[in-house]
This record gives sequence, C-alpha cells and structure tokens, in this order.
Amino acid sequence: MILLRYLQSFLLRTLLTALIALRALRRNKMRSTLTALGIIIGVASVVAMVAVGNGAQARIESQVAALGQNLLTVFAGSRRTGGVNSGLGSASTITLADADAIGREVTDVAAVSPEVSASAQAIANGRNWSTTITGESPDYLKIRDWKLASGAMFAERDIRTSAKVAVIGSKTANELFGPLDPVGQSIRIKNIPFVIIGLLESKGAGMGGQNQDDRIIIPYTTAMKRITGEKYLRSVNLQIVSAARMEVAQQQITSLLRQRHRLAGNLEDDFNIFNQKEIADTVGSISKIITLLLGAIAGISLLVGGIGIMNIMLVSVTERTREIGIRIAVGAQPSAIELQFLIEAITLSLLGGLIGVMAGLGASKLIGMILDFKPVVSTNSIILAFCVSFAIGVFFGFYPARKAAALNPIDALRYE
Amino acid sequence: MSLQNASAALIELHDLVKTYKTGDVDVKAVRGVTLEVRRGEFLAIMGASGSGKSTLMNVLGCLDQPTGGSYSLNGTAVAGLNRKELARLRNRKLGFVFQSFNLLSRTSALENVELPMFYTDPLISLRVRHRRALEALRQVGLAERGGHHPNQLSGGQQQRIAIARALVNQPELVLADEPTGNLDSRTSMEIMGLFQTLNDSGITIMMVTHELDIAAYCKRIVVMRDGVVISDTRNENRRLAQQELAALDKAEQKARLA
Repeated sequence: MILLRYLQSFLLRTLLTALIALRALRRNKMRSTLTALGIIIGVASVVAMVAVGNGAQARIESQVAALGQNLLTVFAGSRRTGGVNSGLGSASTITLADADAIGREVTDVAAVSPEVSASAQAIANGRNWSTTITGESPDYLKIRDWKLASGAMFAERDIRTSAKVAVIGSKTANELFGPLDPVGQSIRIKNIPFVIIGLLESKGAGMGGQNQDDRIIIPYTTAMKRITGEKYLRSVNLQIVSAARMEVAQQQITSLLRQRHRLAGNLEDDFNIFNQKEIADTVGSISKIITLLLGAIAGISLLVGGIGIMNIMLVSVTERTREIGIRIAVGAQPSAIELQFLIEAITLSLLGGLIGVMAGLGASKLIGMILDFKPVVSTNSIILAFCVSFAIGVFFGFYPARKAAALNPIDALRYE
Repeated sequence: MSLQNASAALIELHDLVKTYKTGDVDVKAVRGVTLEVRRGEFLAIMGASGSGKSTLMNVLGCLDQPTGGSYSLNGTAVAGLNRKELARLRNRKLGFVFQSFNLLSRTSALENVELPMFYTDPLISLRVRHRRALEALRQVGLAERGGHHPNQLSGGQQQRIAIARALVNQPELVLADEPTGNLDSRTSMEIMGLFQTLNDSGITIMMVTHELDIAAYCKRIVVMRDGVVISDTRNENRRLAQQELAALDKAEQKARLA
C-alpha cells in the first residue's frame, strides 16, 4: 500500500519534473533545436539507410529468385589462346551427350535444358533487330520459372524434328511488331523463316543488368543445325529437386563430367558450375554487410549527436548553477536534481528521435522516388532508433546530471 | 505549539568547530561556539567579515557540516547526517532568506513560493500547494502579486516573496543572511517590521547582519569575532519597526503640508 503510494508519488514527480524540463528547453528554443539536430540527423540516417539497404537487398534477392528455382548451370570452360581468356562457355568442352548423361545419371536433376547461343539479325514485319538467339529444351521455361504472355512453348516433338518455331521475348517483340500480337507471325533469323508460337512475359533486367526480354528462344536442335552450326554447347541449365540437394548434385555432376572428359586427378575442371543458391547466399551476405555498414555510419552520427547533448547539458548545468543552489537550499534531494537534468537530456534526445524517425521516413521515400526503387522501412529500425535515442539521453545526460546533483549548495548560491 | 515546547531549546550548539582546508593551510572559521536558542527567539548574529558568522549560519542551515562539536536541531543531531537527510531537514524544518533574494527568475512569484513543497515527500497535491503558497503570500502582504515574475517586482517585494517561500513549509526556524543588505533604509525597516510581526506570531528567527541598527530590531544580539562568541546580550532597547514607520509617515505628511 505504502509502496504503491510512493510509486504513484514518484511517477507524478517524474511527470512534473518532465514539465519543468520542457519549460527549460522551450526557453532556449534555438539551442534546443540545434542540439536535437544531431540526434535528428543520426536517427533519420539510421532509418533511411537501413530502409535503403533493405530495399537493395530485397531487389537483389528478387532478381536472384527470378533466375528460377534451384538452378544449376554447367558452363563450358574458358578458352585460353595465348594470354587471351575468352570467358565462360567459350571452350568447346560440353556436348549434348554430356547433357543427356547428367539428366540420366544424376538423380536429383529434375529438368535439363542444353543451351546454345548466338547473336543474329531477326527480320519481321518489315523491320529488323539484332538480338540473342538461344537454343533450349522445352523444360527451359520451367527451369527459369518463366511464363508465357500468350501462345505456347515448343514441345519435345519440335526438338526431334528440329522444327523452325520460336518463342520471342517481350522487348524483341515490341521492337519488331510494336503492340501487335507476334504469335502466329513469321520471322526470319539468318534468313531462315521461323513461326512465332509464343510470347514471353517480361522479366526485366537480369543480374548483370542485361535485358532478359531481348531474345528469341528456339529448339536447341534447330539452333545447333541452322544457327550456330556447332556440336558443342555453351551451357546446360539444370533444375535440382530441392535447395537441400543442390550441393550433392553439384558434386555428382562434377565427378560425372570429370570422368566423361577423362580428367586426371591433378587437372583443372574444363567446365564451371554456377550454383544459384551460392550466388544468392553471397549476394545476401554482401547486402547484409552493406546494410550493417550504412547502419554503423548512421550510428556514429548518433554518437556525435549524443556528445552534442552532453555538451549542452554541461553548459546548462553551469549556467543554472544558481538555480540548482536555490533548489538544493530549499530541500531538493540530490536525486531530484539529478532526475531533473536527466529528464531534460532524455526529453531532448527523445524529441530528436521522434523528429528523426519522421525525417528518416521522408528521406527514404525521397530516395526511393529519385532512384526509382522501393526502400523497405523496417519497424525494427524505428524501434531501435527510439531505444537508442532514449539510451543516448540517459548515457550522455547522466554525467551532467550527476555533476549538478553533486554541487555544493553554498558555492552554488554564490555563483554569479 | 504547546507551552512546554515553547521554552525548550530549538538549537543547541556545543563547542562547534568548522575548519576549511585551503591548499595546505587550515582555516578555522568557527572555533568553538556554544549557543542555545529557544523557540520564539529573534536573534541577530553580528560581526565583521571573517568573524565566522556566515560559516556558522551555513552550518545552522544544514548547508554545511561542522568539523567538530555538536549541533542539535529540535532534538536531532545534525552532525553525521548524509546529504539526503540534510536536504530533508532543510525542506521541513528550515526556511532561508538571502541577501540577494535568490528567487528563480522567469518563474512566477507563486511558483517560487511553491518550490519547497515540490521537494516534500510524500508529494503535496497541487491544490494544497497552491492554497498554502497563497496563504504565505498573504502573510507577507503580496497575495495579489502571485502572477508577477521577480524582475517585475521591487527589491523589497522580491525579499517578501523570498520570505513567503521560507515560511511555506511551516519551518521551525527561519534563517536570514543579511536580508536587508541589498535594500534601502525604508524598505529595510519594512522587512524588519515583517520579521517582527512573524516573530510575534511565534516564528523563531535567526539573522546575520553587520549593521547595528538592523540588529537593534532583534530580541537578542550575539557578537562574534575570530570564530568565537564574544558577547551574547538581551536587547533591552528594541526598535519597533511598525511604530517607526508610522512616525516616519506622519513626519512625511507634515513636511508635505508645510
């Protein structure tokens, strides 16, 4: 009962002290604003930076996910001629037989699409457009998690017959046909007539920034015979049954290909395997580091803001020495004086935090508008910023408040 | 206040010593004061600067701790109390009046008077604080000035506000340190008149002054020199401020008529 009464008394006293603190802050409006500005900038940058970092991470993650589900890609090795390295897929090491063997012998592989690729001029509708022609299997769209806007994908039968059918990317379609539906139209690639049977949905920029929608997909058999004229593949796109099996599958494919290519123990692989999960993990950890880094920089500005508060509170204690002396003389407990200045510092930093959160929300919206990208504001960062600004008030207000409470009343009353 | 309490000693000092350390040198400001003050007394402590009267006042006011001897206030031994307990004593038992008033500027007179009650535990309700502050302002004749800020008031009025603040927690003792030091002679007379009225109503007052004509309003005069009491006498020819003020008014009126 008595405890409750004291608690009530303490809460009421804290409230009254907070009112005194607010009045003291209002008296020095300019100074209070400038002092809070440090916290405002700190909190605003924490909120904005974390939002931008999260937004970037979400965007990269969606790009990685857009590659498809559980994707493994086997690239032919790079070809070196003298000192010149021609890059992935340039060497002629992977054959159709390799692709078939992988599909047959590696149990975790759910879908296979051998890929050949060439750049070629496409002519249709009286216009022409240079684009990328890729030969794939019917499973390709499933592997890449890609949908058709209209028409259909070619089938196994078209592979067997090396049919002259094509599925066209939205960008290429737009360049050649404008708003017309290209399905059913004919198109000439390297002067060979193809029939367009499907239109791909737009997928946007890929991870490298290239436009994935500027392409024409045809059966790989047709592509090898008519377009590239080669019997080697650029790569093999594979879908693995689950994310958990990706690593095992990768190992099995590696040993299978080394065996087929008769590579002795000390020789390097003549192929490369691109693991989507690994890339996603790497990208994820990189963007996490960037977010942390941005947050850390913002955190430093919060620290500087806190030091600003401490500085002003120390000035305030010196300025108001006489007031403190009077309060102590009429019977203020040292703890009451300490509480008064502590609350003043906390009020200052919390107000700064509040304005900072609002400024941070505004700033991230603005950044999103300028960079045409969607920042993800996290509630956690807002709560964290509030807690941190409260903690800053307590931490940096503590020493000045202590100093005020420790003043000798006789000296304080004489202070001019 | 009961009758048997009225004659009991409010303050008992026995061989009180206060030594300051300034660098390597010990300054003995008070060197053995023994003094007894009863309820209802109106006592002046006189002495030149450096006589130790202000130091004695600080110790009496629980703003400072003695380094030797004993001090008992209303039966409580003060030596050995911590800062918290001293603050409680100041809040409940003592009222201060300073030479330079020491009011909070940019704070209304009423709020200045309410200040000591803000630090009283358990918390006094806002309404009661308000009522008691107004009552104290009425006692010093400034009930209608509660809303004014100190810089809108004359020196005499500011000192009255300070006296109201000293009275508001109904202390056992009012301590005044050169209360008329910053005031002209007529205002000084008015303040001393107020003190005499308060003392007549039973409030114990101790005052430090170096002016003999101000000490002459008190009932008892203690003179200090070099940290010791050299004389302690009852003031037989006490000046009465109210009568003097009335006489002064009459003289002024006559001068204006003439």
